[in-house]
Amino acid sequence: MELIVDNIGHDYAETEVLRDISFTVKRGEIVSIIGPSGCGKSTLLRFIGGLERPDSGRVLAVGDPPAGSLNPLTYIFQDFALLPWRTVEGNVSLVLEDHGIGASEARAIIADVLRRTKLADFGKALPRQLSGGMKQRVAIARALSVRPAVMLMDEPLSALDGQTRELLMDDLIELWMRERFSACYVTHNLAEAVRLGHKVIVLSRRPGRIRETVEIDIPLNERAERIVELDRVQHQIWSIVREEARQADMELTRVA
Amino acid sequence: MSHDALAKETAVAAAAKRQEPATRPVPFRGGGFRHRPHGAVSLLAFLAVIAFWEIGCRTGIINSIALASPSQAFGAIMDLVHTGMLWKHLGLSLYRLIAGWTLGTLLGIGVGVMIGLFSLVRAGLMPLVSALFPIPKIALLPLFIVWFGIGEGSKVATILFGTFFPTVIATYSGIDNVDRNLIRMGQSFGLAWLSIVRKIIIPGALPAILSGFRISASIAIVLLVAAEMIGAQYGIGAYILTAGALFAIDKLIAGVAILSVIGLVIAWLIGRAEKHFLDWRT
Repeated sequence: MELIVDNIGHDYAETEVLRDISFTVKRGEIVSIIGPSGCGKSTLLRFIGGLERPDSGRVLAVGDPPAGSLNPLTYIFQDFALLPWRTVEGNVSLVLEDHGIGASEARAIIADVLRRTKLADFGKALPRQLSGGMKQRVAIARALSVRPAVMLMDEPLSALDGQTRELLMDDLIELWMRERFSACYVTHNLAEAVRLGHKVIVLSRRPGRIRETVEIDIPLNERAERIVELDRVQHQIWSIVREEARQADMELTRVA
Repeated sequence: MSHDALAKETAVAAAAKRQEPATRPVPFRGGGFRHRPHGAVSLLAFLAVIAFWEIGCRTGIINSIALASPSQAFGAIMDLVHTGMLWKHLGLSLYRLIAGWTLGTLLGIGVGVMIGLFSLVRAGLMPLVSALFPIPKIALLPLFIVWFGIGEGSKVATILFGTFFPTVIATYSGIDNVDRNLIRMGQSFGLAWLSIVRKIIIPGALPAILSGFRISASIAIVLLVAAEMIGAQYGIGAYILTAGALFAIDKLIAGVAILSVIGLVIAWLIGRAEKHFLDWRT
């Protein structure tokens, strides 16, 4: 399944947040979306997954989701969005319960996704007992359990500390090597964007427009080693973003 | 010469000898302002008050017309037990309390959930709730007697109405405070509307609902006693009123002590319920 974002524009009250956004998420491709704070990138992600309606433009799905996909467009949230009163298993089970899956099959799916996210031993733990990185792995396990066609990741690592972020990035790359999922990866962190994205879409400050699309040819699993090349790409993007970020910053202080 | 001064002097002397700046530990300033558990103290304080009270009565410092001693009050309770009247008073009171509180709470949760979920219901009922909530429900007792008769109905209705409104408010404000991101998460995974309500909204509102129970339970006890004082033959409230009318201070205190025990038991039960249902909280 492919996603086509077609000419999306949106206003909140008087302010225009997004204008003329068009791009494609191909099968097995991770698209990083990066931009200064307040440029409407999280809003864009909500449009893509159908949680909000844009004022103009549309999001199109091309082709059928893979067989057995329970929830083709699946989010991973910055704040994890785990139910604190449910165990790790219970949180995964939550998203399977409405699909008429038998108890034994559900147990098998839960065990499988927890194993794939290295959480097999923590099935009975409550979210409050887990570290931030583990919580986000539970959210990833939950997303995997519904076999998504496209993962919509809204700053999934932003609430984590630097070391955990590195570890989880490695996990995500390992996961992608195995599963070849498609994803929209929204972030304000340049390093994450270039580590994980096959292409990086740079949004301008408000109203958010596509400033530039940077394709990165280095395979995901080689990026950790080819750090010099990656650094060059990162610098290239930073030179595009820097002025936008500075102006966005000034804009905010002037408003406040 | 104090130890401190001596130590300082040696340090100063040593420093002078070595021609170095004086070395001393950084003073600790972080103490205090923190509660530590003192298990036995609460029991001791309670016993001390009882003991002073008893001694005061026996020695005549406390006028026996003004206050009965704890032992006399205990005697009154034992009288109640022996004559079998305790169960009659307590049974009726507990029946009214449980029936009124349970019905009021169930209806309150039901209406509160409706107000929390449907904006049409909210728009329609919120003004009514705001208008009726501040009325002291005991003022409506005469009306309830006309409607439901002088018997149990009017007393249960008073407690029902008294517990209904705080429960409604606790429930819908609990629902209002459920993390919107969790609801959005439920929607993003395509959960059915009823699933979102049952598995995300209600459990998320439960802490607020349970703390509403504490408030509604204490309101229920107040209303119980008031209703029984106005129109009842039996019940703890009626017993206290009769005792007061006969100037039987020992019985009066016995009745009040029974109310205190009822209140403590209810608080304990709610505490247990919170432990059971809210063990996921930190």
